[in-house]
Amino acid sequence: MKPIGVLALQGDYEKHLNTLVRAEIPAIDIRYPDQLLEINGLIIPGGESTTMNDLMKRVDFHTHIADFAKTKTVMGTCAGLILMSKKVKNDDQINPLGILDIEVTRNAYGRQLNSFVDTVEVEIDNDHSQQEVAFIRAPKISTVGKSTTILGKHNNDIVAVKTGIHYGFTFHSELNENEYFHKCIFSDNIDFQKENNAA
Amino acid sequence: MPKESSFEVKVGLAEMLKGGVIMDVMNAEQAKQAEEAGAVAVMALERIPALIRKEGGIARASDPKMINDIQKSVSIPVMAKARIGHFAEAQILEALEVDFIDESEVLTPADEHNHIWKHEFKVPFVCGCRDLGEALRRIGEGAAMIRTKGEPGSGNIVEAVRHMRQVQSEIKRLTTMNQDELMAAAKNLGAPFTLVQQVAKLGKLPVPNFAAGGIATPADASLMMQLGAETVFVGSGIFMSDDPVPRGKAIVDAVTYYKDAAKLVEISTGLKSAMKGVDMSEIPEGERMQERGW
Repeated sequence: MKPIGVLALQGDYEKHLNTLVRAEIPAIDIRYPDQLLEINGLIIPGGESTTMNDLMKRVDFHTHIADFAKTKTVMGTCAGLILMSKKVKNDDQINPLGILDIEVTRNAYGRQLNSFVDTVEVEIDNDHSQQEVAFIRAPKISTVGKSTTILGKHNNDIVAVKTGIHYGFTFHSELNENEYFHKCIFSDNIDFQKENNAA
Repeated sequence: MPKESSFEVKVGLAEMLKGGVIMDVMNAEQAKQAEEAGAVAVMALERIPALIRKEGGIARASDPKMINDIQKSVSIPVMAKARIGHFAEAQILEALEVDFIDESEVLTPADEHNHIWKHEFKVPFVCGCRDLGEALRRIGEGAAMIRTKGEPGSGNIVEAVRHMRQVQSEIKRLTTMNQDELMAAAKNLGAPFTLVQQVAKLGKLPVPNFAAGGIATPADASLMMQLGAETVFVGSGIFMSDDPVPRGKAIVDAVTYYKDAAKLVEISTGLKSAMKGVDMSEIPEGERMQERGW
């Protein structure tokens, strides 16, 4: 089975790779567009969205990821969600991929002093749960299009969404050793043979 | 209840800066150039280390207005430096809402015995180190990110290499020790015992480990990444060169593609002159910034 790729241009890609490994999901880091042919799904990690956007532009990752997303799942956390959105309201330097039908505002909670860890309620594929996650200089989703399902809220803010086969989160689950989201989304890729051998 | 400013949240921002380049800038215009070049964060300071070295005098925390101008001009995180032990400067930087404070040997130390007690602050701190003991003392005081000291403003990578290799080899040594050897190791390193235990188990620092001090070329950045750095700081190397934006972009690319020599050829081709730099023998021992910190 093809592995799940983590876009490794900048950001906390290693945390995502470790999370996939803990979830028994084969994983590789992706630095070149032609590697997209080798994977079954893609994670765009957290990091600085301006930097990631710039590095993506330098090798035309935008076109290649947009093509990839026609048939394969893409999941984004924080900066990843910003890059997957349709429009970034307060930043015209970023060229979002438009694979999540949402509009976002960058750094919407303020500077690092306003970063926090908290519990969010989410519902993915009829599975309802509470998850502890981190909001680091996080964005907010200001508008949700008709084709988008809301998967979770924190206070009154929409923090988790799904458009078609793609998932976006304004927070990080990968920072505190939480494999829930990776398992839910990429469960078809779990290496059961490895899991059975371990058990 | 949301947990703001927990250690986890502080380290969280450091995690987001991985695989990137943090650039020293002296005004809003340079900050914008750094952002355009692909910096993950900027370090706001009045004089970059090479100028401090040249001009002499006491180097202090920067003018709040200058930091604030930079905060208004870019959307990436803004860091600023406080003198070693100068907790009042750090309090002012926190009130300014900078995203990270660097308790830095680049500025003139304010306390020759004590560093800032960083746990008390809501803003995360980064500190420099030359060896594992120094790194763990700083983490014990609350630093959420560690960087090598190198020799700031030298344009000479030799000291950053020495410090990164030292830290990595001391970490490796700890991982081979038995439990009953760790207390003596902690004593010899001058490091908190519980952190020594943690490093022995993890095989790495419990916080992100970045490189700084003397990085001037894409190859320097690749070297530090291959030696185990997770991000690089470039101080004087960008704005003391003849072509700040192309050089900044090239170093950003070099950090992403640090293992790909063919790509590094492409990245390194056609840049103008790097900063001139100085040999360590030209810097008298008493004037080496790396010796500041305890």
